[in-house]
Amino acid sequence: MATSAAVRSSMGLTLRLSRVIPDCSTCSLYRLRSCVNSAANLQRTGSADSFRTINRHLQTSIGLYHSEEGSSNAEDPEDVVNVVYIDRSGQRIPVKAKVGDNVLYLAHKHGIELEGACEASLACSTCHVYVNAAHFDKLPEPEEREDDMLDMAAMLQENSRLGCQIILTPELDGIELTLPKVTRNFYVDGHVPKPH
Amino acid sequence: VSLLIGCTSLLRPPSGSAGITRCGKACYSSCNPKVCIVGSGPAGFYTAQHIIKARQDVEVDIYERLPVPFGLVRFGVAPDHPEVKNVINTFTQTAKHSRCSFYGNVNVGKDVSIDELQQAYHAVVLSYGAEGNRSIGVPGEGLAGVYSAKDFVGWYNGLPNCRELSPDLSCETAVILGQGNVALDVARILLSPIDSLKKTDITQPALEALAQSQVRRVLIVGRRGPMQIACTIKELREMVNLPGTRPEMVATDFEGVAEALKDVPRPRKRLTELMLKTALEKPGEKEQERRNKASRIWGFRFFRSPIEVLADPNHNKIAGIRLAVNKLEGSGEGAQAVLTGEEEDVPCGLVVSSIGYKSLSIDPSVPFDSRKAIVPNIMGRVQQAAGLYCSGWLKTGPTGVIATTMNNSFDTARSLMEDMDSGTLDLSAAKPGSQSISALLEKRGVKPVTFSDWEKIDNVEMMRGEASGKPREKLLKVEEMLQVART
Repeated sequence: MATSAAVRSSMGLTLRLSRVIPDCSTCSLYRLRSCVNSAANLQRTGSADSFRTINRHLQTSIGLYHSEEGSSNAEDPEDVVNVVYIDRSGQRIPVKAKVGDNVLYLAHKHGIELEGACEASLACSTCHVYVNAAHFDKLPEPEEREDDMLDMAAMLQENSRLGCQIILTPELDGIELTLPKVTRNFYVDGHVPKPH
Repeated sequence: VSLLIGCTSLLRPPSGSAGITRCGKACYSSCNPKVCIVGSGPAGFYTAQHIIKARQDVEVDIYERLPVPFGLVRFGVAPDHPEVKNVINTFTQTAKHSRCSFYGNVNVGKDVSIDELQQAYHAVVLSYGAEGNRSIGVPGEGLAGVYSAKDFVGWYNGLPNCRELSPDLSCETAVILGQGNVALDVARILLSPIDSLKKTDITQPALEALAQSQVRRVLIVGRRGPMQIACTIKELREMVNLPGTRPEMVATDFEGVAEALKDVPRPRKRLTELMLKTALEKPGEKEQERRNKASRIWGFRFFRSPIEVLADPNHNKIAGIRLAVNKLEGSGEGAQAVLTGEEEDVPCGLVVSSIGYKSLSIDPSVPFDSRKAIVPNIMGRVQQAAGLYCSGWLKTGPTGVIATTMNNSFDTARSLMEDMDSGTLDLSAAKPGSQSISALLEKRGVKPVTFSDWEKIDNVEMMRGEASGKPREKLLKVEEMLQVART
């Protein structure tokens, strides 16, 4: 468990620090000439749409794990997912994201103050967000480990999720993610939390 | 360069205008607000992070007593919870920010006073946590074989002053007092298969001691009932799924619990349901088989308070613990344990008291509430002490996980920012910051450890760990750490 966690965390860090570009030469599909999207195959088949196709492939496969950078600039409209973050002061921040983006790392990319202390390993609740009703039900059910960590989050609500577990799909277009006002300075109703 | 415009220190030669410090960080104008943080655990680092992000001119110096940073993330989080330690990457980024400096091996309160820090900095934030213990307060507490969980955890996590704890693990039954996450960590480390611990950053002496351990049964004892248990579901699930172990609970402890679950908030409900299932439900065939093969036992004991640690008359060590039987008055979080008059003796050879950490006063000049063991404050502003703030467990008491401390620290940072913006904190006079403190320390023969010095220690530990397939092999003595730091 410790080893896989270490791999996951180092992988996260590496992908975060480097540009997300896959190295096709290490993939068995590429070597077997079975990858329909690889540059070599597209050159072989002479596909005119090669560039756009590669980008789509990059986005969905890498993005499923740690898409942080939004790796390419070519914007395929079918890939775009519009997201709105609502920060702790209530400010709405619209963001143009892509299918496969991870909500936590997307927030980081846009300077939104969503912490991810454990780096998406389901070992903390610092990326806790509220999901708007219209999109909440479109998310896949949380796994037990996510529910366990959500139980630790302050101001848990019915529509609470961990941002690091939300991966954008086309049907999540328009999703709104609100950062919980978890600190005393933001209790607008004068609520004083119970002392520990 | 434009920072000097409008600054009152133009009238006299600025001490410490642009230059490069020893660790290569740019020294901006001496007019920049300077903040000092005491303690480099999560509270210290999260406070620093928020301050640096909030204002582009603030310089933050973090002082730490040990040569190594990160506090309880390094010394408290269990070795088999490495993902929780990922937060170190965030803290490292903060430490390496050009406006942040780390000074390890500096004992605030001894090497330098709070007063001296307040003279050198515009604001001082106390984030030194809780290094003391709540004592059980019963006869026999001082017997060999009784340890605080804080020390036991410090021992297996390599805290230098717990190095020589040498707990006696030659008994069959261990009793843990307290049912929070720390208690469950201790139980889990005591009963984990050695093979799982071998690949963690648990210290080598602890690993060897646990490999020889005779402990086969761990009872986790609480004053109140199942509905008041302080641990969280992740840790409970780890016990339930711990290989080679089986649960042993008292069914009558759970009377009335299922019925009380209806109106209870989700976290408490899920936790209690898992406990009920583990304690009362007849296991499926596979689980029953697993339990039959298990050689190690763990269980909760509820409604029990310690009244005396019993000595073995022949060996001057512990023979057991006498517990008072309680009943509950009231329900929910506010339920109180009330004595019934009944008592029960539990034979055991090891008692680990996990009833809470406790903050200590660092300096007589700093207000301290000895009843609550915190620094009295409002929103992180220390009462009756201008320019003094606190964050983390020192501010709210020693409960909460990293996320709680994060929010708590952001709160304090926000109070500090408000005070800077509003003029409550006087920023008009330039302060010398680390320049004067470093000079003071040098005069006193104290040599701080920089963050890049820590990175040398970090590398040595990781290299040593590689040899045995561990993420790191921690250095256990301050002298060793300093030796590596000075290379």
